[in-house]
Amino acid sequence: MAAVSGWLRRAWDHDLAWSFRRSPVTILAALLTLACVGGALFAPWIAPHNPFDSATLNLSDGFSPPAWTAQGSAKYLLGTDDQGRDVLSTIMYGARISLGVGLAAVLFSALLGVSLGLLSGYLGGRLDAFIMRVADIQLSFPAILIALLIDGVARVALPHALHDELAIYVLVLAIGVSGWVQYARTVRGSTLVEKNKEYVQAARVIGRHPLAIMLRHVLPNVMGPVLVIATIHIATAIITEATLSFLGVGVPPTQPSLGTLVRIGNDFLISGEWWITLFPGLALVVLVLSVNLLGDWLRDALNPKLR
Amino acid sequence: MSAPLLEVKDLRVEFPTRRGTLVAVDGVSFAIDPGEVLGVVGESGAGKSLTGMAIIGLLEPPGRIAAGEIRLEGERIDKLPPERMRRIRGRRIGAIFQDPLTSLNPLYTIGDQLVETILTHLDVDKAQARSRALKLLAEVGIPAPEGRVDHYPHQFSGGMRQRVVIALALAAEPRLIVADEPTTALDVSIQAQIIALLKRLARDHGVAVMLITHDMGVIAETADRVAVMYAGRLAELGPVREVIHEPRHPYTAGLMGSIPKIGILQRHARLVQIDGAMPRLNAIPPGCAFNPRCPKRFARCTTERPELLTVGNARASCWLYADERR
Amino acid sequence: MSADNGPLVRLIEVGRDFDVSRPWLNRVLEGASRQLLRAVEDVSFEVAKGETLALVGESGCGKSTVARLIVGLYALSRGRIEFDGMDLAAPGTEAPALRRRMQMIFQDPYASLNPRWRVRDIVAEPIRVLGLSATPEAERERVAELLRQVGLAPEDGEKYPHEFSGGQRQRISIARALSGNPEFLVCDEPTSALDVSVQAQILNLMTDLQERLGLTYLFISHNLAVVSHIADRVGVMYLGRMVELAEAERLFAAPRHPYTRMLMDAIPDLQMTGKARTPVAGEVPNPLAPPTGCAFHPRCPHANDRCRAERPALLGPETGAVACHAVAEKRI
Repeated sequence: MAAVSGWLRRAWDHDLAWSFRRSPVTILAALLTLACVGGALFAPWIAPHNPFDSATLNLSDGFSPPAWTAQGSAKYLLGTDDQGRDVLSTIMYGARISLGVGLAAVLFSALLGVSLGLLSGYLGGRLDAFIMRVADIQLSFPAILIALLIDGVARVALPHALHDELAIYVLVLAIGVSGWVQYARTVRGSTLVEKNKEYVQAARVIGRHPLAIMLRHVLPNVMGPVLVIATIHIATAIITEATLSFLGVGVPPTQPSLGTLVRIGNDFLISGEWWITLFPGLALVVLVLSVNLLGDWLRDALNPKLR
Repeated sequence: MSAPLLEVKDLRVEFPTRRGTLVAVDGVSFAIDPGEVLGVVGESGAGKSLTGMAIIGLLEPPGRIAAGEIRLEGERIDKLPPERMRRIRGRRIGAIFQDPLTSLNPLYTIGDQLVETILTHLDVDKAQARSRALKLLAEVGIPAPEGRVDHYPHQFSGGMRQRVVIALALAAEPRLIVADEPTTALDVSIQAQIIALLKRLARDHGVAVMLITHDMGVIAETADRVAVMYAGRLAELGPVREVIHEPRHPYTAGLMGSIPKIGILQRHARLVQIDGAMPRLNAIPPGCAFNPRCPKRFARCTTERPELLTVGNARASCWLYADERR
Repeated sequence: MSADNGPLVRLIEVGRDFDVSRPWLNRVLEGASRQLLRAVEDVSFEVAKGETLALVGESGCGKSTVARLIVGLYALSRGRIEFDGMDLAAPGTEAPALRRRMQMIFQDPYASLNPRWRVRDIVAEPIRVLGLSATPEAERERVAELLRQVGLAPEDGEKYPHEFSGGQRQRISIARALSGNPEFLVCDEPTSALDVSVQAQILNLMTDLQERLGLTYLFISHNLAVVSHIADRVGVMYLGRMVELAEAERLFAAPRHPYTRMLMDAIPDLQMTGKARTPVAGEVPNPLAPPTGCAFHPRCPHANDRCRAERPALLGPETGAVACHAVAEKRI
C-alpha cells in the first residue's frame, strides 16, 4: 500500500503531471475525453434508452425535439429521430462504434508502422529502400482515398452478407493501412539514430541476435514520439471513419457510428428537424477536439527542448 | 599600474527551476589587465562557461545574473539593455566558442561574415572592410586568402574553420576576447597550432584573452594568470607558474596530480586521484564546497565558506591560509 | 588447445574499406565513380597475454576502426585476425566461443548504456546471454560483486543510468564488460569524455583490475600522456596505417617516426620547461585522396623524392618498428 501511494506521489510530482496541472485547457480536454469515453464505454448501462431494441421504440414519439424546447419532453433529452430513437442514446452507442473503430485502427496502424519502421531503420539496405518507397508512394494518395480503395475492394470481393458482418473489421483495416506511414517514418528516423549509439554496439559485441536488439534495446527508446502520434491519430481515425460512414461506405446502418448519424440526420435538416444531425455532429467535434488538444499537450510536454 | 580592462566582482549567476533556485556561479571575483591572458580552468559543472557567457551577455534564460558587477574599462556592462550590449559585444568583446562548425553560418561565405562584422562595428566602407578581412585571414594563417575568402564554411577543415572564427573575433578590434574551449574539438596537432596563434595575436593586437578550458596544458602554454573554479566558486587565482608548480588549494593540488604527464611517473604507477565527484549544484555542502573530498579539511571547513585569502603571489579560498588570529 | 607462448591477439595485414559512394541514382546521373575509403590498410601487430597495447593517432587515423574490426562490429575487407592462435573469420562454431573471451568499453559514457534499462540488467546482460549463472540468486550476487569491484554499491543496480555521473557510468560499462569473464578488453578512448580527476580514478581502476584479473588491454586513445601511464607498447597510426610500434619507454624517450615526434611536440608542456615548440604545419589530408607514397610526406620536414613515390613498410620487431624511409636510410 505504501508502495502504491509512494508511486502515486512520485507520479503526481513528475514533470508530465506538473505540466498537465498547469494547463486548464488540457485539464478540460482530458475531462471531456473521459466523459466521451465513459459515456461510450458504459452506454449499455447508462444510456436512457436502447435505440436498437425495436420493442421499446415508439414511432409516435418520432421527431420529438429536444427537451428544452416547447414540444420536447424530458424523456428524450436531445429529441428523437424519425423512428422514435432517442438521440442522446444513439449518440452514446454511436460514440462506441466511432471510438472502437478509431482505437482499433490506430492500434493496427501503430503496430504495422512501428514494426516496419524498426526493421527498415535497423536492417537498412534494400529492405529499407523498398519499405520507404512504398511509404512514399502511399503518401502521394490522400488517406481517405486509400481507405476507400480498400473498402471498395472488400465490397467487391466479399459476398454481400459476409461484407456486412465484416464491415467493421474491413474499416479498421482500411483506416489502419492508410495511416501506418507516419509511424514508420518517425520510428525509422529514431532507429537510425539509436542504431549508432554505443549501447547498441555493446549489445552486438555481447553477441545478441539482431531481433533481440531491435525489440529489447532499440524499441523502448524510440517509442516516445509514437505515443504522441497515436493520440493525434485517434482523432484523425475517428474523423476518417465518420467521413466514410457519412459517404455511406463505412459502418453498416445497423451499427451506426457518429458519422452515420450525421448522414441520416442530414436528410431531415431541410425539413427543420435540426437536432437529429446537429447533436451527433457536435458530439463528434467535441470528441475529436478534446483528443487533439490532449495530443498537443502530450507532444509539447514530452518535448525536452521546450521544458 | 594601469586600470584593469575587465573587473568582475562577486558575480552570481542563478537558474530558477521549479525545484528551487540553482546557483551556478557563486560570488566570483577577478580582474583582467589589458593585454593579459587569464585562464579560467575547471571541470565540467564548475561554472566557467557560464561566467564567460555572463560577461559576453549571452546567458540563456532562465539563467540570469542575480548579483555582482561586471565592468569593462570602468563601465558596468552587466545590467545593460540588449541593444547597448549588442554593440559592445563584437566591438569591444570578441568571442570564440568550442565548435567551429556551429560558430559559422553555413549559408554565407566567410568573406561575407567577416565583412558584415567589420561593417557593423567599424566606420569603414565596403572596400576597406574587404581588404581588412583579407588581412585578417592572412594573419590567422589561412594560405592564399584571396582565393578562399569567398568559400563557404563547409569547404574548410576543422582547424581552418577555427582560424576563421578567430579572425571573426578580431575583426572589430576588440579589447577582450572570451574564448570558451577553443581547442577542445580539434586534433592535438591542430590544437598546438591554434594555441600558438592565439598567443601571437593577443600579443600583436594588444588584446586581453579570457581563456576558458578544462585543459591545464593549454593554460600552461598560453596564460599569464589562471583562475581555478570549483562548484561555481573560485578556488585559486594566481600567476600560472605558481598555481601549476605550487598549488595552494588542495583541489588544485589534486587536479595537478591527477593529470597524466609523460616521463614523470613510472608506468603503471597510480595517478593521484581525488575520491568522489564535484557536487551537483543542488547539493553543495555547507562551508567549503570541496571539504568532503579534501584530505586536509578540519572543523572550520565544514561550517564556514572560505574567502579568497592571499598566499604569496596568489590567492586561494582555503582556511589553511587564514591567519592564526582569525 | 591454446598456444601458450603465442600472442593472445594477432592482426595480419588487416584492412577495411568503407563504400562512401553517392547513392546509385546520383552516380548514374553524374557519371561519378564509386568512392572507397580505406580506413585501415595493411595493419599488423600482436598483443601478448597480460600486456597493454595502446593505439594512438588523431581523428581519422583508423584506430577506432581497428578496435571494431577486432570485436567483430565491422567485417574485415582484407587480412586476418587471430585470437589465441585461431582465425576469427574461420567458418564453424569456433568464432563465437572465441568472441566471448573479448569485450569492449566505449568512449561516450552517455551513449554506451541503454537509458531505459536498469543498471543491474545492463551489467547482467552478458551473464544472461552466455548463460553463466545457474540461478537468479547467483546472477544477482555476481552483479553485486561486479558493482563492488568497480567501486559502486550493489544498491546502484536498481537505478537508471541517468542518475549517475559520467565517471560512474564508465564504471558501469566496465562492470558490464567484465561480467562475461573476458580475457581481452578493447577500450576505445574510455576516458576521453571524462574530466581529468575522474579520468585518474578510471585509469587507476583499470590498472587495478588488470593486475587482479590478469586482463589484456588494447587501449585506443588520442592522448599520449594518458597512454604513457597505462601502456606497455604503443602503436602510432596515421591515415589508416601503422607508422611506428614500440615499447612505451622507448617510444616516449626517443620517438623515431617524424609523425610521432610531431605528436610528442604537440603535447602542451605542463612542466613549462620553456622549451620552444615548433607546431607542425598542415592538417591530416583527406582520406579519400591520400598523398602518394608516404602519407605523411606533405607535412614531413625530412621528405625526399623516394618518400613522395614509394610507401614505406613497417620495418622492425614488435618492440621497435618504424615505417619511414628517412629512418631506414639513417637520415634522421
